[in-house]
Amino acid sequence: MDKGKAVMGAGRRWAVDFSDQSTVPSSRDILDPPGFSRASPEQDDSATSRQKKDAEATWKLQKAWEVAQSPFKNLMMMGFMMWMAGNTVHLFSIGITFSALWQPLSALQSVGKIFEPFKDNKVELLMPKLVFLALNLGGLALGIWKLNTLGLLPTHASDWVSSLPPPQEVEHSGGGFAFH
Amino acid sequence: MAMALRLYLLLIVFVSSAIVSFSLYEDQVGLMDWHQRYIGKVKHAVFHTQKTGRKRVIVSTEENVVASLDLRHGEIFWRHVLGTKDAIDGVDIALGKYVITLSSEGSMLRAWNLPDGQMVWETSLHSAQHSKSLLSVPVNLKFDKDYSILVFGGGYLHAVSPIDGELLWKKDFTAEGFEVQRVLQPLESSIVYVLGFLHSSEAIVYQIDSKSGEVVAEKSKAFPGRFSGEISAVSNDKVVVLDSTRSILVTISFVDGEISFQKTLISSLVEDSGEAEILSPLLSNMLAVKVNKRTIFVRVGDQGKLEMVDSLSDETAMSDSLPVADDQVAFASVHHEGSKIHLTVKLVDDLDTVLLRESIQMDQHRGRVDRVFINNYIKTDRSNGFRALIVMEDHSLLLLQQGAIVWSREEGLASVTDVTTAELPVEKDGVSVAKVEHTLVDWLKGHILKLKGSLLLASPEDVVAIQEMRMKSSGRSKLTRDHNGFRKLFIALTRAGKLFALHTGDGRIVWSTLLNSPACARPSGISLYQWQVPHHHAMDENPSVLVVGRCGSDSSSPGVLSFVDVYTGKEISSSDIGHSVVQVMPLPLFTDSTEQRLHLIADTDGHVHLYPKTPEALGIFQREFQNVYWYNVEGDDGIIRGHGMKSSCAGETADEYCFTTRELWTVVFPSESEKIISTLTRKPNEVVHTQAKVSTDQDVLYKYVSRNLLFVATVSPKGAGEIGSVTPEESALVVYLIDTVTGRILHRLSHQGCQGPVHAVFSENWVVYHYFNLRAHKYEVTVVEIYDQSRAENKNVWKLVLGKHNLTAPISSYSRPEMFTKSQSYFFPQSVKTIAVTSTAKGITSKQLLIGTIGDQILALDKRFVDPRRTLNPSQAEKEEGIIPLTDSLPIIPQSYITHSLKVEGLRGIVTAPAKLESTTHVFAYGVDLFYTRLAPSKTYDSLTDDFSYALLLITIVALVAAIYITWALSEKKELSEKWR
Repeated sequence: MDKGKAVMGAGRRWAVDFSDQSTVPSSRDILDPPGFSRASPEQDDSATSRQKKDAEATWKLQKAWEVAQSPFKNLMMMGFMMWMAGNTVHLFSIGITFSALWQPLSALQSVGKIFEPFKDNKVELLMPKLVFLALNLGGLALGIWKLNTLGLLPTHASDWVSSLPPPQEVEHSGGGFAFH
Repeated sequence: MAMALRLYLLLIVFVSSAIVSFSLYEDQVGLMDWHQRYIGKVKHAVFHTQKTGRKRVIVSTEENVVASLDLRHGEIFWRHVLGTKDAIDGVDIALGKYVITLSSEGSMLRAWNLPDGQMVWETSLHSAQHSKSLLSVPVNLKFDKDYSILVFGGGYLHAVSPIDGELLWKKDFTAEGFEVQRVLQPLESSIVYVLGFLHSSEAIVYQIDSKSGEVVAEKSKAFPGRFSGEISAVSNDKVVVLDSTRSILVTISFVDGEISFQKTLISSLVEDSGEAEILSPLLSNMLAVKVNKRTIFVRVGDQGKLEMVDSLSDETAMSDSLPVADDQVAFASVHHEGSKIHLTVKLVDDLDTVLLRESIQMDQHRGRVDRVFINNYIKTDRSNGFRALIVMEDHSLLLLQQGAIVWSREEGLASVTDVTTAELPVEKDGVSVAKVEHTLVDWLKGHILKLKGSLLLASPEDVVAIQEMRMKSSGRSKLTRDHNGFRKLFIALTRAGKLFALHTGDGRIVWSTLLNSPACARPSGISLYQWQVPHHHAMDENPSVLVVGRCGSDSSSPGVLSFVDVYTGKEISSSDIGHSVVQVMPLPLFTDSTEQRLHLIADTDGHVHLYPKTPEALGIFQREFQNVYWYNVEGDDGIIRGHGMKSSCAGETADEYCFTTRELWTVVFPSESEKIISTLTRKPNEVVHTQAKVSTDQDVLYKYVSRNLLFVATVSPKGAGEIGSVTPEESALVVYLIDTVTGRILHRLSHQGCQGPVHAVFSENWVVYHYFNLRAHKYEVTVVEIYDQSRAENKNVWKLVLGKHNLTAPISSYSRPEMFTKSQSYFFPQSVKTIAVTSTAKGITSKQLLIGTIGDQILALDKRFVDPRRTLNPSQAEKEEGIIPLTDSLPIIPQSYITHSLKVEGLRGIVTAPAKLESTTHVFAYGVDLFYTRLAPSKTYDSLTDDFSYALLLITIVALVAAIYITWALSEKKELSEKWR
C-alpha cells in the first residue's frame, strides 16, 4: 500500500491497485456501496469462531470424561486378572498385584499431565479429575485388598510378634545327675 | 496294562517320597563327610604270621570288638562289633583257620573265618551262675580234629568241636562254694585237669577224660588258710596262688592227681615286702609278682621251690611268654626312660640272655605302656626277629619292629566321652597358611571339567578327575577359619583322659594332649566345657576349653581342672582344686572382660565353688547371686532337690569363692511306683529365633521357651528291666516337665503299658521321646510342645505396632506362667540308641531330628513329622504350610540316612554344632567309629552349592555380552543403510 502511494506520487498516470482494500475501511475515502455492510462479515466470522470454540470445549470435556472413566475399564480387567490369579502367593499373583498397585499410583502422580490437553477456561475439569482420582483410588484399594488376601499386609498380630526373640529369664538354674 | 499302571504308581510313590527326603548322590559321598573306623583299647592279641598269606593280628578290645589287623600297615581287614553286653573274655585261633571268641561271661562261643571274618558257627553255652570264664584252645600244629575247645563259663565246663561248634559234652561245676580256677590240658594228653577251690580253703583237682567228659579222678586237699583267688599257672602241673594275707605264695602241684602245697613267704624272696599281687603275664615256670612297687620274677623249680631271679621297676609292662626255636621261651618287657621306651626280649629260662634290646622315641602324650604282645619271625639270617604290639595308656596301639614304630592307631578315639566344638584361628593378612589357590589356568581347567560333568560330556577319566578334585577342593582342610564356618575343630575327650582336636574338613587329628595333674599321675576326664570363647572382646586371646577331671574313681575324690588352648593344644594351666566334683554348671550368660565363662562346681558337701577365681568374676556372680539355682537328681532314691544360693562359706573356710546353698524344694517320686530312668534339659547354648508360633489361620501361639525346664521320665520299678520282662499291666511310663527354679511340675503325662528305655531330645519348646509300647509291641515316639497361655492375650495389632506389650520383658519362673501342651504319638519302627537335633546359628532354619538307630546309622527326620498339629485330613491351607497328613507311624525313608552306606559302630552320641551359615549344621557322631557330616535341614538356601558351575555362569554372561554387542553393531549398520536408501 505504501508502495502504491509512492508510485502514484512519482507521477504515474494510472495504476491499478490489485491489493484488496475491502478489509481496510478506515483508510479509504470512498464510501462503501449502498447495501454493503462492512460489519457483517466481521460479525459472521466471530460467530463461527465462537461456535468452533464451543464445539472444542464440549469435545474437550467429552474427552476429559472419557479419560476420567478410562481407569474403570482397567479396573474391571484388573479384577478379572486378580480373580484368575488366585489367593496363593506365587510369581503370577504377585506380579498382577504389584501392577495393580503401580498403575493407579503412577496415574495419580501424573493426573495433571493427563488432563493438560483438555485445559481450557471454559472447560470444567474438576469433576472428571475427581472421577479419575476416585477410580484410580478404587484400583489402588483393589490392589491393597488383593495384597491383604495374599497375606502380605501386616494386619495380624502374628506379623508383629514373629520376629520377637524369646524373653530373657531372670533366674538361672543348672544341675542334673551327679558325675559317677 | 496293569503292569504299566503299577509301574506308574510306583513312580509316583517314589517321586513323592523323594520330595521330602534328604539324599545324596553317589559322587557326593565323602565331599562333606568323613568316617573313621576304630576298634578300642586292645585286651588280647593273637598273631597269625604264617609264611603264606597276609600277616595279621587278631585282637579283641574293651569296646567288644574282635578285629583282624594288617601287620604291615595296621589297617583293619575285618572287624566285628559285638553288643555292649557281649564283652569278650578270650580270643584264640583254632585249626589255623578259625578265630574263636568267647564272650558274655563265657556263655557265647563263636568262630569266625580267619581270612574274611565271616562267622562260621556260633554256640550258645548254658550258664548257671557268674564265674570266671576260661577259654582253652589246644595248640595242635597237626590240625588234629579230635581235639576240642574247652570252655569254662557260668559254672559249666564245655567241650566244643572246633569244626562246627557242636557241643561234645558238658560237666557241671555249679556246686556250692566251688570256684574253678584253672582248666589245664597238657599237650599230648587226653586228660583235662580242672583245678578249683572250695570255699577258698580247699583245693580240688578233677581229672576229666577229654573225649567223653567223664570224671576219671578227683582229688582234694584242705589248705590251712585261705586263698586270695589270684593265680598263675606256671606249668602243666603247677599253679602258684597267693593266700588271703597276700604275703605267702603257695605252689600247688598236682602231678598224677596228687595235690601238694608248698608255701613260700614273700619276705623270704624280697626284703621289706608289703602286700603282693600276681601279675597277669603267663610265663613258663616263672611268675611275675608285684611287691612294693617293684616287679619281681620268681622262678618255680621242679619241686615247687620258688626263687627270685630278677626285679624291675614298677612301670614295666610285660608280655606273655612266647616259644621261640629250640624249646626256648622268651618274653618281652617295656619300660620308660625319659622320652624313650626300652623294649627288651629275654629268655625265660635265662634272664641274662637278651635276645633283643631296642630304644624307641615315644610321644609324651601317649603316656605309659600298658600292655605288650610279642611275636617272632625268622629273619633272613635265620636269627629270631621280634615285633611287639604295644598298647599305651592313651589306648593307642603301636607296632614296633626293628627299633621303629611301624604303624600306630589312635584307639583312644573309640571311647569318646564328651565332645565340644572350637573355632580355628582367623587367617591373618600376608600369612598364607596353605597353598590351595592355584593359577587361573588351573582354576579354569577345573571349572571346565566340572562343566563337562554337568553337561554329561565327561569321559570316565574326567569323572574320576572331577571326583578327586572335589575331594581336595577349596582348602577344606585349611587350619584357619572360613567365612561360612564350615571349618571347625571338634574337641573330644576320651575315657583315657586324652583330648583330641579333630578337623571338620578331613577328620585328621590337629593336636592331642594327655591330661596331667600335679596331684595324681593320671586324672580321669569327666567332662568338657567351653571356657573362653573370644568373639567381641579379648580378641588377642586364644580360645580355651575346660576339662574337668578327677583323681580316682570315687565321687568324693578331689577334682582337677585343666585349661587347654584350642589353637595349640597346649595345657595352659592345670589346677588341683582341692574339693570333689559332683556337678559342673556353666553360666553361659555371664562372662568376664576376657570372655572367660563363669562356672559353678558343686561338691559332695553341698557347696558350690565359683570359677574363674578372680575378683571380677566374683563381682559378676554376686550381682546375680539371688538368681542362681542348682538342682541334683538322686536317681536311686527318686528325689530331685533344688537349691538356692545362701551365703559365702567364709565361716567354714577362708575361700571367698565358695558358697553355701540351701534346699528350696524337693520332688519325691514314690519309690514303689516310679523310678527315674532319664532326665534331660535343653542345650544351654541353643539359639531360639522367635517366641511365636504362627498357625495357618494367622493365629499366634507363644512358645514356652525356658532354660530352666527339666524333662524327667520314670517307669514302674518292675518295668525298669529289659523290654518284655513285664506285662503291660505292670508297667507305666510317666514323663514330667519340671521347672528347676521353683520345683513346679508344669506337665505330667502318663503312658500306661509302656516301658523304657527312654531316649529323648529337648529343643526350644518341645520334647520328643522314644519308648516301647508293650500293648502294641511297638516302639513309640511322642512329641510334647509347650505353649505359654499367659501371653496369649497379646493379640491387639495396634498395641504390638506401637510396642506396648510385655513380650520381651524378662520373665521369672516365680511369676507362675500358665502353660498348655500339645502332644501326639506315633509308632516308630526301629529301636533307638540316641536322639539329637540339628542346631543352627540363628535358629531360623527348620529342625531335623537325628536318630541313631539300632543299626548304628543316623536317620534325619524332619521335625514336621513330629508335629502335634498333624491331622488326618489337613485343609488346603495347612497343606500349603507343610503339615503332613497324620499317619500312625513315622516313615523311615532310606535316602534320609545321613550316614548313607556307612555304620557308626557302637554309636553312643551325636553332637550338633551350628556353622556360621544359617542353613548349615555340623553333625558329629561317636561310638567305636567316628562320623562327621554337614547338614542343611532346609537345603542350602543361603549359598550356592559346591557343584554350582561358575564356568557355565561366566560363559553365559560372556556370551550374552558378546551377543548384545554384535546385535547392536548389526542394527547400527542396518539403520545406516536404511537412511541411505
